[in-house]
Amino acid sequence: MNEGPAIDVRELRVVRGGNVVLPGLSLSVPRGSVTGLLGPSGCGKSTLMRAIVGVQRVAGGSVEVLGQAAGSSSVRGQVGYVTQAPSVYEDLTVRENLDYFARLLDAPSERVDEVLSDVGLDEVGNREVSRLSGGQRARVSLATALLNHPQVLVLDEPTVGLDPVLRRSLWELFHRLSSDGATLLVSSHVMDEAARCDQLLLMRDGELLATGAPDELLKRTGTSEIEDAFLALVETHGAHEGTS
Amino acid sequence: MRAVKGTVATAQRVLRQLRRDPRTVAMLLVVPVVLVSLMKAVFAGGGAFQRVGVPLLGIFPLISMFLVTAVTMQRERSTGTLERLMSMPIAKLDLLLGYAIAFGVLAAVQATLTSVVAFSLLDLHSDGPAWAVVTFAVGNAVLGTALGLFVSAFARSEFQAVQFMPLFLMPQVFLCGLMAPRSSMPRALEIVSDYLPLTYAYDGLRLVATEGAWSGALARDIALVTAAAVASVALGAATLQRRTG
Repeated sequence: MNEGPAIDVRELRVVRGGNVVLPGLSLSVPRGSVTGLLGPSGCGKSTLMRAIVGVQRVAGGSVEVLGQAAGSSSVRGQVGYVTQAPSVYEDLTVRENLDYFARLLDAPSERVDEVLSDVGLDEVGNREVSRLSGGQRARVSLATALLNHPQVLVLDEPTVGLDPVLRRSLWELFHRLSSDGATLLVSSHVMDEAARCDQLLLMRDGELLATGAPDELLKRTGTSEIEDAFLALVETHGAHEGTS
Repeated sequence: MRAVKGTVATAQRVLRQLRRDPRTVAMLLVVPVVLVSLMKAVFAGGGAFQRVGVPLLGIFPLISMFLVTAVTMQRERSTGTLERLMSMPIAKLDLLLGYAIAFGVLAAVQATLTSVVAFSLLDLHSDGPAWAVVTFAVGNAVLGTALGLFVSAFARSEFQAVQFMPLFLMPQVFLCGLMAPRSSMPRALEIVSDYLPLTYAYDGLRLVATEGAWSGALARDIALVTAAAVASVALGAATLQRRTG
């Protein structure tokens, strides 16, 4: 049970509105890691994440999470998902939101206080979400996904628009969760977040450009910044495609 | 066990959201009262008011819960909360039942208030008991919620969701017998009306108001309105896709 990868994607094909978003993507995410999913916006990161949590209609291939089909009822309770736009009820308070989702997830009510302090929102628990800043809303959305200690966390750009101090504390939280055994897949279009990940998946135009640890990718491309590594990989990938 | 918890938690969450929007709740409760009062004034309290008054008490909740549900559901879709829920272990039916319960409670309050005003202040008369009218109204509200849920699957914006009301409900109001007896309509329309749920909602309320006694026709109307509500909830669950494009 604990052997295989946490997430295993094979030949995943997704077509949205007549456009092929993912032509046939294969990748895997090891258990207990913080894996960064990097790539420019529009490259298919969110679509891949939607497929992993089982809310994306797929045209082909397979997605397995913890050894089970993505989105199957047995695995849904073990996967936490945070969408890019904060998906919480704006007309409820922070605590009311968390109470509701805790009941759906069968999480004990003490968890509400714990996740609030995990994301640094203890002070605004009784405030209506509509009165919060964008960054605070994003953290309410994140807190919701932490309620039931999910084994797999799929986070779509969780640190966008946050100040550097907060960003650092969230990355510390992500590593704390992974050292407790959780697997995190975190997307970003900001390349400087790459250094904080154990493993990287670089994506472009629905395809996987490269995968590996950050320093490994730097070494392979002979660069010192992930952004330069990305550009080098795009060039070799393009050249490769030209010859084939 | 978890299923019941999910349903109850959802119903409470929806009611809590409504409480945060007192203006909408006030309009839902006050507008039907105002409209029934206006109707009495328009008909100068005559026989026409007595004929349509009771059926209207039961049809208001259907229309308002249809609108409230269609818009609320559309909002769940556009804010991403529905996608979050669909990634969670909650069953679709539990979610829908939570909605039906919350709006059913709201409809019960609405119908009770409107009925109290109509029967005590506006001299509306019903041969059957007032509680039967209110019970019918709640059943209609659940039907309205279920239909609203169903059409929200086809709406891409709140504007569209609202437009489904004239498209989907007004023809039923025209054909149900409220405007003109169904037997006086062209045969084709009468046949169409045989298949519309509002026809039986209207007929049941009319029977309660004019006959006041239990009859086979009333039993049939209640059975058909219940069946239509159950079928719409099932259709709503079927149109609520866990996976979307």
